Amino acid sequence: MKLDELEIGKKSKILAVRGQGTLRDRLLDMGLTPHTEVMIRKAAPMGDPIELSLRGYELTLRIDDAKNIEIEDDFA
Amino acid sequence: MRFALVGNQNSGKTTLFNQLTGSNQHVGNFPGVTVESKEGIIRGHNEATIVDLPGVYSLSPYTSEEVVTRDFIIKQHPDGIINIVDATNLERNLYLSMQLIELNMPIVIALNMMDEVRSNDGTIKISQMQETLGVPIVAISASKNEGISELIDIAIKMAESMQLPKKQDFCSGATHRTIHSVAHLIEDHAERIKVSPKFIATKIVEGDQTLIDVLKLSDTEKCSIENSIKEMEDALGTDRKAAIADMRYIFIDKLCADTVVKPKESKQHLRSVKIDNVLTHKYLAIPIFLSLMGLTFWLTFGVIGSFFSGLLGSGIAWVSDTTRIGLSAAGFNPVMISLVVEGIFAGVGSVLSFIPTIVVLFFFLSLFEDSGYMARVAFVMDKLLRKIGLSGRSFVPMLIGFGCSVPAIMATRTSPSERDRKMTILLTPFMSCSAKLPIYGMFTMAFFQDNRALVMIALYCLGILLGVISGLIFNKTLYRGHPVPFIMELPNYRMPSTKTVLLLLWEKAHDFLTRAFTVIFIATLVIWFFQTFDARFNVVTDSADSMLAAIGRLITPIFVPLGFSDWRVSTALITGFMAKEAVISTFAVLTGASASELPVALSQMFTPLSALAFLAFTLVYSPCIAAISTIKREMHSSMAALGVVLYQTAVAWVVAFIVYQVGNLLI
Repeated sequence: MKLDELEIGKKSKILAVRGQGTLRDRLLDMGLTPHTEVMIRKAAPMGDPIELSLRGYELTLRIDDAKNIEIEDDFA
Repeated sequence: MRFALVGNQNSGKTTLFNQLTGSNQHVGNFPGVTVESKEGIIRGHNEATIVDLPGVYSLSPYTSEEVVTRDFIIKQHPDGIINIVDATNLERNLYLSMQLIELNMPIVIALNMMDEVRSNDGTIKISQMQETLGVPIVAISASKNEGISELIDIAIKMAESMQLPKKQDFCSGATHRTIHSVAHLIEDHAERIKVSPKFIATKIVEGDQTLIDVLKLSDTEKCSIENSIKEMEDALGTDRKAAIADMRYIFIDKLCADTVVKPKESKQHLRSVKIDNVLTHKYLAIPIFLSLMGLTFWLTFGVIGSFFSGLLGSGIAWVSDTTRIGLSAAGFNPVMISLVVEGIFAGVGSVLSFIPTIVVLFFFLSLFEDSGYMARVAFVMDKLLRKIGLSGRSFVPMLIGFGCSVPAIMATRTSPSERDRKMTILLTPFMSCSAKLPIYGMFTMAFFQDNRALVMIALYCLGILLGVISGLIFNKTLYRGHPVPFIMELPNYRMPSTKTVLLLLWEKAHDFLTRAFTVIFIATLVIWFFQTFDARFNVVTDSADSMLAAIGRLITPIFVPLGFSDWRVSTALITGFMAKEAVISTFAVLTGASASELPVALSQMFTPLSALAFLAFTLVYSPCIAAISTIKREMHSSMAALGVVLYQTAVAWVVAFIVYQVGNLLI
């Protein structure tokens, strides 16, 4: 499934970052590589963007861009 | 000997820079790098300097600021790199370190915030990490000033002995083979531009087009490189960018698993999450932000700033009066006394008294920025700014714009898109800068004694409103297009370091003082000269007969529909073009009133309504020379700068016209 479908507070693992261009390059540079554990911490007050927790730090990105990130369906 | 200080954003880079150099800093200009960076002499080593480069996450440039950092390292060939790494956030920080090591230059890693790691019962096996990475590593705490001397010693020794990293191979398998074959192919080209072939090869394999262009490769070379990368992609079943990023992170993950002991989640991180539960709360976030801004303005203008400004103003008035009495007792010519007292003292003094207000405003802005709150504001406001085609990132320069447009315009360099960047630059002048404070201060004192804060807040809001409207217009006309992605780190909240804040305040006060005694001083002299003499250089008894009055009357007709027909008003507005504070110093010179007498003098020149129209006009009309030249430099366009001058002035005229004419109908 896609990262934007992940429930707030639930964890999963990244499978791949789709798309292309500078956005994707930046996401990879920021550590969104395969097998990385991610969690959505919260959404901004107006519902978008979202706050992501990964590799021990917090990153914010927009829901539209989160749709490019594929994650594992069931992650215990 | 010159060092480059490189690190992630929020890694404590500026704090370390201040610890390394003390107050021994200046803004340096470097050929080949379009942006000036701060350079300082390393304490105790007069022969060694260090350059504070913009924070980067990778050496693949993404924003124009990051280009500066990479260009500096590649083109200026510093003698060594000090790479600051946040020990509490090792994985992402080491991603940059690996690329820096590939450069094959003398490098030392400063492992910052080790005090925080230890306070959470964690450790990092530094000698093992040193072994694996092949470069010296020093544990430091920049904010507590620990380990700095050791870092300096190691850095200097390393640069003197040209000690290079012991390793540069962090990969294996298909990636390894490809990087090596590409490195072999481009070796000669890389040596020509004096950059490590290994670094360039990795960047090329990653798909970095700029470096391919710099090398001026032949078509056959390009072709065989492409083939070899394609082979790697096929073997790994992934694309080039992902392959390299993955390779680096796999190496880092293993390194961290071997060397980092982290028994529990850090207290600072947990605290940060708790603070965010409130500050970015679904319903509380926006009211809290607005209250914090309100509190800032209230404290700046209403409590602390105005108290100290009033104190300083009375001090200056006393000195001025004493000088007048002294000079006339000593029998000086009245024209001379007029020059000193009504010219210099009144002009420069009226501006000087606002230093405390401006310093206080910058104090709050720097607290917001250094604590990590500014990033949250960008997070909270992103969706709103998207409506005018911008991202949350643009919010930060705009907030800085309340301090001064010049650093605000420069702060847009963090934007990853040229379109966003240009649009943010055009909107920033609508955020009322602190140099206009003396104007608001004097006028509200003269006309709106009971509602000072209300009028000030209304002015700020009017500026924001006009900015939003302009943003909507630009988004539909000049800068049509898609908003760029918004990706930003939300760093842990941290107590801003006292030293960093104090240095910043000193810098701002110093800037302001310099301006007061240069631009404002000269403006004051010029104004005094033209208002004291007529065209035949006779001393006039009434300044209405002076040369200045004649010049002022030329443009006065433009302002008549706005309610200010006095030639002194048009003159003041012209000088405001040099620096906004000059508007008030000009009024002071023209009326010969001291800071404390000026409100009374103003009330004879304006009605409350025309004063309001005047305030609206000064809020929006053309930015000062310093801001205009910054706009020209950052947008690489004189036309853009001229456009800003004309647009802002036109909007200002229309707004002031509406205020005055509608006000007239209502009264």
